[in-house]
Amino acid sequence: MSSAVISTTAAQGRFFVFDAEMQPEACPGAFPAKGMRTAGSEHSALGIQLEPARAGVLYSAIDNQKSKILSCMTPASRLAARPVPEMVTSGIAAIDAITGGLPRGCLTEIFGPASSGRTTLLLAAVTAATQRGEFCAVIDAGDALDPQSAADAGVHLERLLWVRCGRVSPQRHPSASLRTCPEPVEGAGSSTEKKDKRANSHSSKHSLEQLLRAADLLLESGGFGLIVLDLADLALQTARRIPQTTWFRFRRAVEYTPTVLLAIERQSIAGSCSSLLIKLGTNHQLQRNTVSVTHAQLLTELKITAEVVRSRMERKPVRPAEITFACKTAWAG
Amino acid sequence: MFACIFIPNFSVVAVLRAEPGLRSQAVAIFEGKPPLEKIWAVSESAEGMGITPGMTKAQAELCPELTLRPRSTVLESLAHAVLLDCAQSFSPCVEDAAMDTAIVDLAGLKSLFGTLPEIVRAIFNRALQLGLDANVAVAANPDSVVLAARGFSGVTVIPDGKEAEQLGSLPVQVLFAGRKEQEETDLLAILERWGIRNLRALAALPEVALSERLGQQGLRLRQLARGGTSRTLVPVKEPAVLEEAVELEYPIVLLEPLAFLLNRMLEQICARLAARALATQELRLTLELESFSAFDEAAVGSQPLAVSHRTSAIGNCRSEISSRCNRFQRTLRLPLPMLDAKLFLKLLQLDLNAHPPGAPILKIHLAVEPARPRSAQGGLFLPPAPEPENLELTLARIAGLVGKTRVGSVEMLDTHCTEGFRMKRFAIGVARESTRKKESLELGSEANPSPGTAIAALRIFRPPLRVKVSLENGSPVNVICAQQEVRGGVLWKAGPWRSSGDWWEREAWSRDEWDIALETDDGVGLFRLVHDLLNGIWFVEGTYD
Repeated sequence: MSSAVISTTAAQGRFFVFDAEMQPEACPGAFPAKGMRTAGSEHSALGIQLEPARAGVLYSAIDNQKSKILSCMTPASRLAARPVPEMVTSGIAAIDAITGGLPRGCLTEIFGPASSGRTTLLLAAVTAATQRGEFCAVIDAGDALDPQSAADAGVHLERLLWVRCGRVSPQRHPSASLRTCPEPVEGAGSSTEKKDKRANSHSSKHSLEQLLRAADLLLESGGFGLIVLDLADLALQTARRIPQTTWFRFRRAVEYTPTVLLAIERQSIAGSCSSLLIKLGTNHQLQRNTVSVTHAQLLTELKITAEVVRSRMERKPVRPAEITFACKTAWAG
Repeated sequence: MFACIFIPNFSVVAVLRAEPGLRSQAVAIFEGKPPLEKIWAVSESAEGMGITPGMTKAQAELCPELTLRPRSTVLESLAHAVLLDCAQSFSPCVEDAAMDTAIVDLAGLKSLFGTLPEIVRAIFNRALQLGLDANVAVAANPDSVVLAARGFSGVTVIPDGKEAEQLGSLPVQVLFAGRKEQEETDLLAILERWGIRNLRALAALPEVALSERLGQQGLRLRQLARGGTSRTLVPVKEPAVLEEAVELEYPIVLLEPLAFLLNRMLEQICARLAARALATQELRLTLELESFSAFDEAAVGSQPLAVSHRTSAIGNCRSEISSRCNRFQRTLRLPLPMLDAKLFLKLLQLDLNAHPPGAPILKIHLAVEPARPRSAQGGLFLPPAPEPENLELTLARIAGLVGKTRVGSVEMLDTHCTEGFRMKRFAIGVARESTRKKESLELGSEANPSPGTAIAALRIFRPPLRVKVSLENGSPVNVICAQQEVRGGVLWKAGPWRSSGDWWEREAWSRDEWDIALETDDGVGLFRLVHDLLNGIWFVEGTYD
């Protein structure tokens, strides 16, 4: 008799919890409860025959559990409306014009190809935050931040925490490590490329692991006005390995805090977890036949286009909005 | 008025303070060279079992419930330091009367702590918090108060002028407590022969007759018994460093039991700091390790070792071991004064995980430098900032992940070299201070950059990408790199921008920089191409992004 009950719960993939509650001796004449199905109507499909008394107890227990679960759940219509997040400036007026700024307590993704102005926007946001008197953290997966650029952009470096993920390179001068490195050859065998890729992939995974753990720790610590996850140098395959649950965790950790969580990537990877998604691109004004230009001209003519792909701050689906802004070098005036 | 804190059975209390688990057991302290060790002090419960000081260790060992511990001068000196801490937490004017006795001047404390009984009760409770079972007494003069503390257990308050009356019931031995000189013993024997059993009888002796028989010593004892002496206190200086130490019977190897011991030591040291309303900014952990041969200095990366030649009073056996000991030191410097035993423990644990001692530990010594606690005023409209305690722990954890030198804030160096910066410790207080200074300097001189203007940023490749460059009229026209994204014909170029420096040093540099645009899969990429003039190497240093 009891073996039938055990096999039923096992077939449904639930824990066996009803046996202790049943006590068939205490209720031998239990009649079917309201909405109860007849014994064997469903279980006949499983090839299990239950006695009516036992089936009655079983269904009443299931109904009890159902009602318990339902009582814990809040209908969507009664959920409290999420407050509109406070917006802070991104440091670039044109970006603020289309997005309204960067939202506090939310994840913002900025993506685009190389040389599309992602780091420029990152430093502008950090500059704005440090000038507001806030503390910022940049978790740099590729160890690519240039402190000179940050200083030129106006970042208060004492207020910036820089976490450099990846391996340590002891050389002070960049070319020192290259003396032993062989010179690349055009059309070189694919085996060296494969080796390089394998090594890069391994170090990228290591960096990514460090980045995620450091981000967890900093979000838990709290108190930062802006936390930047710089994933721009990670290969797309590696960046996509970040589980969606991690993004949900980050979003949950930053929610209801005054922290702006900013992720810089090659392509959008956080999915629905990001509240604001900005796509950056380049638009060069120089003509192809213009070969030799000045430093200032080359960089000033770099026009960056920004497009808001998604924004949760507006109730209506966001309309594609595009702007173009220029950047210049600090020394070009 | 004066208060005296006296710790009866000092050797036992010193051991119980280090091992609180023994409080419910019968404990006896032995001393001497094996095999002639004798019982030095016993706890109350051990006394109830018939164990008395002077018995041999072998006799005491016949009692199975008895716990025996060697007399430790280290633990006694620590208990003495704690006793002084307890006294100095009430008044700066404290006399160090003996190892187990401290006298406190109570002048001016009424406005802070209330009436005399309340002050005495507060001193008694503070001593209990610090792990000392003390007798506390209050009287009008320092000598009477010492006699009262030694003679009466618990809390005693002797009103002014009633010293002789209150002290009269005490036995004469109280006058000679803690003194072992032959002269003192002879005096006690004489008084016993005269039938003088208590202080009342001694105080009633005629002054001239006593002087004729016992001289000035006799008169001094009579004066003490009458409670009529008067003197000023000799105050002791506040210690510059607070210390705690534990000597282990067996060496410990794992970090977990070490953390357990550290936790207890940190709690004690924090209680001592809290008693003085102080915090600390620097913790120094010194571990004495067992085997010199097993210790690999290079692997551990510790500070320079120093062979310890400790003169231990414990016994020959331990001395032999300690002659082969070496010392492992770690110093924890905090950006702000803090007082949180749990935080300190976590930081020490993280530090020891990163730098393990590498050999079994024989002795733990922990010293902290007291500092005034930070006083910070919060504000409703201040921007958010991390809690310094949380931040310190977070930074230590991140340093464990990425390395100590790879987390922090940046300090620019006075050079035009590419990597012209160094990492420094990220500290909230320092950042606020320097920002305030900078703001005061920049006030009115330069406006902040307009939010509409973006400064082009460079992303550095670390390490840089070595490339092969084809030149035409001295300028690059084609780039070949192992990385697929950085190769192809040069669309636009600007340069060269020549710079050099540090020619007087071994690491001199001289280079030509080019800004080039290359066609990539996603469009056009801007790169910084560098020609190292000293090595003739071409490399791509970074990308403008």
